[in-house]
Amino acid sequence: MSKADTHVQPRKQGLTRRQKRAVSRGIQYAVFVAALVALGVTADWGRLQNQFAQADLAKELFPDIITLALRNTVLYTLSGFVFGLVLGMVIALMRLSPVGPYRWLAGLYIEFFRGLPALLIFIFVGVAVPLAFPGTEIPGGTYGKVALALGLVAAAYMAETIRAGIQAVPKGQMEAARSLGFSHARAMVSIIIPQAFRIVIPPLTNELVLLFKDSSLVLFLGVTLEERELAKFGRDLASESANSTPILVAGLCYLLVTVPLGFVVRRLEAKAGEATK
Amino acid sequence: MSTEVSSAAPEIQVKGLHKSFGDNEVLRGIDLEIGRGEVVCVIGPSGSGKSTLLRCVNLLEEPTKGQVFVGGTEVTHPDVDIDAVRRRIGMVFQQFNLFPHLSVTENLALPQRRVLGRDKAEAAKVAADNLRRVGLSEKADAYPSSLSGGQQQRVAIARALAMGPEVMLFDEPTSALDPELVGDVLAVMRMLANEGMTMMVVTHEMTFAREVADRVVFMDDGVIVEDGSPEQVIGNPAHERTRHFLSRLLDPAMADVEEEVSDQVGKGE
Repeated sequence: MSKADTHVQPRKQGLTRRQKRAVSRGIQYAVFVAALVALGVTADWGRLQNQFAQADLAKELFPDIITLALRNTVLYTLSGFVFGLVLGMVIALMRLSPVGPYRWLAGLYIEFFRGLPALLIFIFVGVAVPLAFPGTEIPGGTYGKVALALGLVAAAYMAETIRAGIQAVPKGQMEAARSLGFSHARAMVSIIIPQAFRIVIPPLTNELVLLFKDSSLVLFLGVTLEERELAKFGRDLASESANSTPILVAGLCYLLVTVPLGFVVRRLEAKAGEATK
Repeated sequence: MSTEVSSAAPEIQVKGLHKSFGDNEVLRGIDLEIGRGEVVCVIGPSGSGKSTLLRCVNLLEEPTKGQVFVGGTEVTHPDVDIDAVRRRIGMVFQQFNLFPHLSVTENLALPQRRVLGRDKAEAAKVAADNLRRVGLSEKADAYPSSLSGGQQQRVAIARALAMGPEVMLFDEPTSALDPELVGDVLAVMRMLANEGMTMMVVTHEMTFAREVADRVVFMDDGVIVEDGSPEQVIGNPAHERTRHFLSRLLDPAMADVEEEVSDQVGKGE
């Protein structure tokens, strides 16, 4: 729409398109401001502050909330991630196997664990596994159980991501490797999987963020004082002090990790997008 | 695996080869022999099956029927150790297919170490020697993505040579290159031919075929139509189909018109 057009075609309605756009944007801002004002007026800020932002209570949380709770959260997440990555890799390769039953089994696994809430898996690992195999203990105690529960769920998502990554490597790479005398398995390990991993690093980092939050489900396994992670720690101290400030601080601790990780993911995605151009 | 090598036996021997993709029969009975040190160029219109034939030689494509022998070993035998056979057959692809996550030197060294079991120092030495042969010593530490198409293809040739192959297969090695980069790649191939390498080259480069090939094979519609010296096949073709193909190649202005006609007659790749 150039200026010449508006001169040639006389306006039929009162507003031009440009004016309509301006009005529409103005209304959106107005709604936003109105919502903020309504929230500010109706919420009881004094009580909120009393319940969630007691500075002296917050101070008492340190350093335990970092050295114990955050540390445990990170440990739970990493153990679940590592176990999930290994299992996910195996399932992804099964999904691509020429052997029918492997493909079928892997597909079943993925559908099963993606279709269930992580919470149920934690309860299952905490209750059903000890019942089914009496006398046997999952190695690593709580850490082992968390790695198992988180890893079982994460593996289902990661398997699909890794499979997509492997399939995104051009066919010519396998052909070149095979023509040089690589066996199929060796070509996979030396040529295809290293390239697939470059492709799936951003989505896998995303998965790490999800696991970091899901590690809060540990509280359903029943943990000792030393094994508490952020969510349990915050909740316990909140009920001790009859004040919710610890919950708010625990939440901030999660954001301390997830926000930078999210930033890293976006950077990696931008880089990957550039590389494929 | 019974391996019989006699000096009289051809390096590559194809007997009664058929290949179908579903209902589409791409190769319809191919017989071909290539002697040691011979350079054979395979020409023909797209969809004639010439790339498929080349890919059957190292079993990247599984033939539907027929036999292929390389250096006396039957490649098509069900119990053959195909990885062992492929070590003796170098292959160069239209799209280069360098490993993008590895540097140029690693592209040459990794296959030697993983497949041939050479130690690090020896693999690096062989890599350097072969990079020098293709004139790219200065690119040893570069990554494939920073190289031109012509340079990538020369690295791909060096990578195949580093395995010490007895035979080299070239699948349209210059078709993906900008015209000004074709010469460098052809020069390397010419050098190999002069050194006595057995070469099977699928190409559209008629000048190269005329000057370097010992024999030219013209394929159309899944069969070998003509097989002879370059002077014979390119200079004085005996068959109407060969003449037709060559005239289209030499006079591209006619190609569009005739493409439509041939599209109606038979479907290409």
